[in-house]
Formats: sequence, C-alpha cells, structure tokens
Amino acid sequence: MKANKIYPTWFALGALVFYVVLFFLPGIMGIGYSFTDWNAYSLDVNIVGFENYKNIFQANSNYSIFIKNTFVFTLVSSITKTTLGVALALLLTNKKVWGKNVHRMLVFLPQVMSFLIIGLVFKNLFHPSRGFINVTLRMIGFDFLAQNWLGDLSFAFKSVLVVDAWKGTGYVMMVVIAGLNAISPTYYEAASIDGARFFEKFRYVTFPLLKPVLVSVTVLNITYGFRVFDLIYSLTNGGPGNATGVINTAVYSEFSKGNYAMGTTLSSLLFLFIMSISYFILRVMNKGGEVEQ
Amino acid sequence: MRRIKASTILANIAAWIASLMILVPMIVVLLNSFKTQKESVIMDLSLPKKLMFENYGVVIERGKLLVSFMNSAIYACFSVILIVIGVAAASYVLSRNRSKLHKVIYYFMILGIAMPLNNVALMKIMKATSLINTRYGLIFLYTAINIPLALFLMFGFVETVPREIDEAAVIDGATSMSMFLKVILPLMKPVIVTVGILNFMSIWNDFSMPLYFMNNSGKWPMTLAVYNFFGQFEQSWNLVSADIVLTAFPVLMLFVFGQKYIVGGVSSGAVKG
Repeated sequence: MKANKIYPTWFALGALVFYVVLFFLPGIMGIGYSFTDWNAYSLDVNIVGFENYKNIFQANSNYSIFIKNTFVFTLVSSITKTTLGVALALLLTNKKVWGKNVHRMLVFLPQVMSFLIIGLVFKNLFHPSRGFINVTLRMIGFDFLAQNWLGDLSFAFKSVLVVDAWKGTGYVMMVVIAGLNAISPTYYEAASIDGARFFEKFRYVTFPLLKPVLVSVTVLNITYGFRVFDLIYSLTNGGPGNATGVINTAVYSEFSKGNYAMGTTLSSLLFLFIMSISYFILRVMNKGGEVEQ
Repeated sequence: MRRIKASTILANIAAWIASLMILVPMIVVLLNSFKTQKESVIMDLSLPKKLMFENYGVVIERGKLLVSFMNSAIYACFSVILIVIGVAAASYVLSRNRSKLHKVIYYFMILGIAMPLNNVALMKIMKATSLINTRYGLIFLYTAINIPLALFLMFGFVETVPREIDEAAVIDGATSMSMFLKVILPLMKPVIVTVGILNFMSIWNDFSMPLYFMNNSGKWPMTLAVYNFFGQFEQSWNLVSADIVLTAFPVLMLFVFGQKYIVGGVSSGAVKG
C-alpha cells in the first residue's frame, strides 16, 4: 500500500510519546507498585503481594469509606446533573422562553470556571456565620434553616453535591440541546398528527432519539465522578472527619504522607472501577442497537 | 397588547430562576471585591459604600499575581501549541491510514479520555526525567493529559475533510509534509481553534498538577496562588474576592469571545461520542 508513504506513521509519534510516557506508563507502573511497600522513608522497595489491597478492603478501614463516598458521589451527581440538565434543555429550547441564548450562556458559564475558584466561592457562601446563604436565610426570617453547611456531618456531602450540580448541569444541558436540535421536526409533526401531547412526545420521540446522547453524557459524568478531586479538595478537603473524602483526595493525602504504595494502590483501583464500568455501560447500551463512535 | 398565556410566564420565570441561581454567587463575589474589609465580613448583596478599586492593586502586589499570571500563561500557551501541532499531525495520519496498527494506536490513545492519571507513579517518572518542579515538566504534563480528548475531536473533524483533496495534491506532486502543512492544516482551522480554546481553559483552571509536581511557589500558576492567598488572607474576603475575579477574568473573556467554538466543541464531543 502506498498509504504508508503518503501518510507516514511518524506524524503520530509526537503525540504518542507524550501520551505513553506521561500518562499511560504511570498507570501501568502504578499497578506494579501497588504490590510493593514503596514509601518516602526507605530506599528499598519490597514486594508485599496483595497486602495493600487487603488493607483497603479490611472491615472498618477508612479506605472503604472513601470508596463508598466515591460511588455515592458518582451516582448522585450523575443522576442530579442529567435530570436537571435535560429539564433545562427542554425549557431553554421551548419557544415560549424569551432570550433563550442568554439563559443558556448563563447556565453554562460555571463550566468554564476553575473548580478551585468555585470551591473557594462556595466555601464562603456556605460560611456558617457570615456566608451569603445563612445571612440571607436569617434576613428573611428562616433562622432555623441556617446550617453549618460544610462543617456538619449530615450536610457536608449534600452541600458538595449541590456545588457540583451548580457547576456541571450547564454542560449536560448544552450537550442535550445539541442532541435535541439534531432531531428532525418532522417526527414531532407526525406525533402531533397522531394526537400526541407533550409528555407522549417526550416519551416516544424525544427520549428514544436522545438516548445515544444520554449514554455519552452518562459515561462522561461517571468518569468525572470517579475522578473528582479539585472540587472536594478546595471545599472540604475530605472533611469533616472523612465525611466527604473520596478516592482521589485519599490518594493525595497518602502521597503527601509519603505513603506512596497506598496512594498508587487506590489510584489503580480507581482505574479498574472506571474501566470496568465504562465498558459495562457501553456494552449494555450497545445491545439496544445504536451508539458506537 | 396581546394576551400572554400563564404557561409562557411560568416558563420564563423558571428560566430566570435557573439563571439567577448561577448569577447570584458571581455577583456576590464581584460586589465583595469592591468592599472594605469590614464591609465584606458579612457576605450579602448590599452595594459597597465606596468602590475600593485599590483592593485589586493590593491583591496584585501582595498575591504576586503578575508572576503567577505569567506562569499560567506560559503553561497554557506552550502546552496548547504542543497539543495542537502533535495532535493535528496524529489525527491526520490516523484517520487517513486505516491499517490495523493505526486503529490500535487511535483507540489506545482515546482510552485516556476515561482513564484516571496515576499521579503517584507519575512522580517517579517526573523525577527520573528531572521534570519535577520545572516549568517544562508542567508543560509536558498538560500536553500529555489533554492529548486524548484533543485527538478525539480532531480525528472526528479530519474524517469530514474529503480524501479527494489529498489525491489532487499527490497528483500535483506534493510531499506528505507539504500536503499536510499547506492543504490539510488550513482546512483544520475551526477544530484547531476549538481544541485550542478548550485546552487553554482546562489548563488555566487546573490546579492539581502543580499541587503534586511543583513545590516552588515562584512557578505556581494563578489557581494555586489564589488558594495560597486564601490561606493567608482568609479574614480579608474582599481581597480574596478580588483575587478570584482576576483569576477567572481571562477564562471568562475567552468564553465571551469564543463561545461558538466552546459550545460546538463540547457538544460535538458527546453527541458523536
């Protein structure tokens, strides 16, 4: 074939080298190191077998809380953002709403801002005595609703999820709007002729045609949820106690303690979770027919 | 005047509630950045009695913002250049030449969109290559972690460029290099802008990479500098607010001027996905 001559493989080499050395290789090495006792205090690295994994899955270990939190965060954050995002997309494609583009841009806006910035902003909005939320609640006479949003064990996790939805819903909305715009209006006309009303149109036209978009949104939300770090680090740093700690905040804290083997073990577990769940979703969804790049 | 239906009013109210939920926190921060320290102790929507523009001057000086601004700009610009050059070339070859090897390379690299980065093991590589705590190190890292999504977007675009163009160029005697540089690359301009803007923003906004791999505060990007500033001046929320406004400003400008490319890139990623 002369394809190799016109399209020389070495054109791909630059990107490939960066990717392999600084992204893929650490992942593989990390799995290797998860079977050792690698740490900052000794030069020797000894193989310890599954010791690190045993520590993680031991009953009552802190690590199992982090893993549970990661799963709960991913699940709740994906469902919240998808539901709100679809609702907003339907609202902001409706011809009754004036200035749709302005609303879309505003709702999307937090998406382009740094998690760190948003974390700091909300840390202050949520401040128990002088934060905007409690100050406003007290002003309108709802003192009893004012809480220590990020410091209270029963609210911290929920508050983090609220901030996450605040930031991420606009993204889902934009993607769903693009999906909605790709649906040909003739389907709706046909449905109208058949006497379908709003919810029937959604159920039998919009939803099935939107399914591939929702699948990609779900995969993206899930891979994001499992990897969440910046937001939690800046809002609560995993606290109070371990209430909002997730795998990636635990990786960082093990890393800063010099406990490298445990850090890389947690990171490898995350790798395993994400890969198997993404694979599973794509598999199940593909059985339905459509989607595939 | 025409009568307006109740459902129309309700829909508009709902849209405004959504927009205000997003806007109010931002307005609170903006207002606070102009208040005195005393006024900013209580965070509300009251207007500052006197606009304290000097807050910004204080922040730029005490937060060493000029240095960190330059750092962020260096990291974002150079990484974006490397990403665009490397990935444009790769996406072209990988989408045109569909041999088994090329397909494997493509999917192998796309895998990185979902894969988590193992920062702990990465430190080992950063040390071995002496990239740790250097500007090169961060630039190369940002390049590496943003390659998968960039490749996905560019690959999807190159596929829409007709092959006949290549054939015509080959008949005219173009070499692969000149064909790529003179024919294909100019056609890729829209996707290059999209990928460039998206990556610039995500690099500008990142703070976990320097958190792990940069302990020299003189080389910190703006995000990490703000975080540090917050730790020192937690009581002066007016100054922290000003710092936040300054850090978010470049990205917001980019969003205002590049929204067509951003929204297009973001949605094409998932809709095709």
